[in-house]
Amino acid sequence: MSQTLTAVKPSRPWKLTPKQVLPDLFGATFTVAATFAIVAISPLKGKLGFALTLIFMAIITATAISWIRRDRKAAMNSTTTVLVYIAAAFVIVPLISVIYEIVKLGSVGFSFGIFTDDMAETSSESPLTEGGLLHAVIGTAYIVTFATLLSTPIGILTALYIVEVKGRFAGLVRFFVQAMSGVPSIVAGLFIFAVWMIQLGNAYSGIAGGFALTVLMIPTVARTSEEVLKLIPQDLREAGLALGATQWRTVAMVIIPAARSGLVTAIILGVARVVGETAPLLLTVGGADAINLNPGEGNMSAFPYYVWKNLLIGNENSISRAWLGVFVLMILVLIIFTLARYFSTVRGNKK
Amino acid sequence: MSTAVVEQKQTPEPRTITTELRFTDKLFRGIVTGGGLISLAILGLIGFFLIYNGFEAIRNAGLAFLTGFEWVDAVPENEQAAAYGIGAMLYGTIVTGILAMIMGVPIAVGTALFLSYYAPEWLKKPMVVVVDVMAAIPSIVYGLWGFFVLMPHAEYWAKLIHKYFGFIPFFDMPAPVFTRSPFIAGLVLAIMITPIVTAIAREVFAQTPLERIQAAYALGATKWSMIKAVVFPYGRGGVVGGAMLGLGRALGETVAVYTVLNLVYDIRIEVLLSAGGNVASMIVNKFGEADFVELQALMAAGFVLFLVTLIVNFFANYIINKTARE
Repeated sequence: MSQTLTAVKPSRPWKLTPKQVLPDLFGATFTVAATFAIVAISPLKGKLGFALTLIFMAIITATAISWIRRDRKAAMNSTTTVLVYIAAAFVIVPLISVIYEIVKLGSVGFSFGIFTDDMAETSSESPLTEGGLLHAVIGTAYIVTFATLLSTPIGILTALYIVEVKGRFAGLVRFFVQAMSGVPSIVAGLFIFAVWMIQLGNAYSGIAGGFALTVLMIPTVARTSEEVLKLIPQDLREAGLALGATQWRTVAMVIIPAARSGLVTAIILGVARVVGETAPLLLTVGGADAINLNPGEGNMSAFPYYVWKNLLIGNENSISRAWLGVFVLMILVLIIFTLARYFSTVRGNKK
Repeated sequence: MSTAVVEQKQTPEPRTITTELRFTDKLFRGIVTGGGLISLAILGLIGFFLIYNGFEAIRNAGLAFLTGFEWVDAVPENEQAAAYGIGAMLYGTIVTGILAMIMGVPIAVGTALFLSYYAPEWLKKPMVVVVDVMAAIPSIVYGLWGFFVLMPHAEYWAKLIHKYFGFIPFFDMPAPVFTRSPFIAGLVLAIMITPIVTAIAREVFAQTPLERIQAAYALGATKWSMIKAVVFPYGRGGVVGGAMLGLGRALGETVAVYTVLNLVYDIRIEVLLSAGGNVASMIVNKFGEADFVELQALMAAGFVLFLVTLIVNFFANYIINKTARE
């Protein structure tokens, strides 16, 4: 039995007809035209005047068209739709501006020479071709590595306590870790200053900065790890225990390997959280212009500190240096951010 | 012969079944519990050491520490005693925080609505990345950008607001100095807290039961009617909590505010004027040349800031957790 199949042309009832599109098209054209007209006639001028008029006209036109075509409810809907789109645009504009300015002002003095020299023998007024930020690179590397080494075990143990052990204080710990992520960074700096410098009598050092960043990094690592561990299917835990493994073996040989890329993401997010922190470092590392290879002793610099210092000096070349520092810092942050996203999608694909 | 062998075999002892943990598990649970409690301990220690070092300052000043407007060092030659009060700074912190919320929260909620219900599919992912990147930008970057890029624009906006709304006491100007005002600090903070508030609001909106949304549409609701009738009542707590979380961030922000705010030890309601206060910025400002007594006062100021942000965060998380669980 042979049967001929005829292909049915799929109908698309949701597709807008020209009659439905036309009023919107007309509205958009009218909005732009009216804005130009108003800006030309009225005393409003400049980009700001244009933007404000455009927003105002867009709301008015959209509302009016819906009202004429349907009713008050539809008009209200149109108004809020325009407002929501404007809100979203307001979020994008600052980010574009930030990135544009950083690239424009920061890339001026950028060369690979800046990674080979420090500021020990360069005055702040000398041109950008002299000196560099190697001391800041080394400082940030030391401080962030130290903070990562300390906060990773604490953060992951905290997450394990909340998700795996589910001890008596699990709820309490969870709640306090959430609150801890809101501790102002300056307070973390003051805390380390109070303990490490005042009580224990130490001087400024890279380690002190590392301690301060640890306080800020723990909650990020702990909370992200907690989310990751919660995503591990309960079956895996039960399977491990059913095979006669202890909880310790189950966690070490089943749960942690299964959550590995997620836990890496947690650590990377923690690094991203602290790498640009300035305030706690202002109180703990002391700042330096020369390379300091000993994190345990002596003043140290770091990227944020370098930017801060050059900003406060305030002459033309030092401000260019501040932008240069921000440029390099942003590249670093974006690399870390991309890494975190990469590792979190690796996890997503496996599932 | 074989029967004898069989008789020799004994039935094995019944295995004792116990719920008692083995040694390794006890050790494991002990270590994990210890690790978990470290976070709790650190939070406690922060409070303890700040109040321990700052107690003297608070005891000397009494309630005036919170209400006083003056921050002067002792000058023995003039027989001038030290007076440390963070009243003006605390007031300024709250003003900039509220300004940030007024400007940031509507934008953030709008963006969350956009991402949840309005954005076309192709725009959703890039937009989420944009918000995440904004959250990852360090505060010093916002500080630099706020000072060199935003400030000239914001100054012009402030002039316009003053020109047309100057009759409102908040926008009045006793002196025509528009730079480094609470308004500009609030603007920078608003940009900084938007990603957090957006993320929380989006999370809460995503939990709105789909069948209620569909029910609203089936009854003929427009998108906005649906949001008003279903999404907002359901997610109100989460939005309030997210806004408070943003407020907590805004209150504790240091570097970005320091660059765009002029610290003045005075209480003023004119938000466009170049005079404001911020506890965190004041700590950085005074820290460099502080002697031991002033350092104690700074520790006490840090303790107050810690307490305020902790309370705001507690409330925020409580509200968010409650909304998420329902």
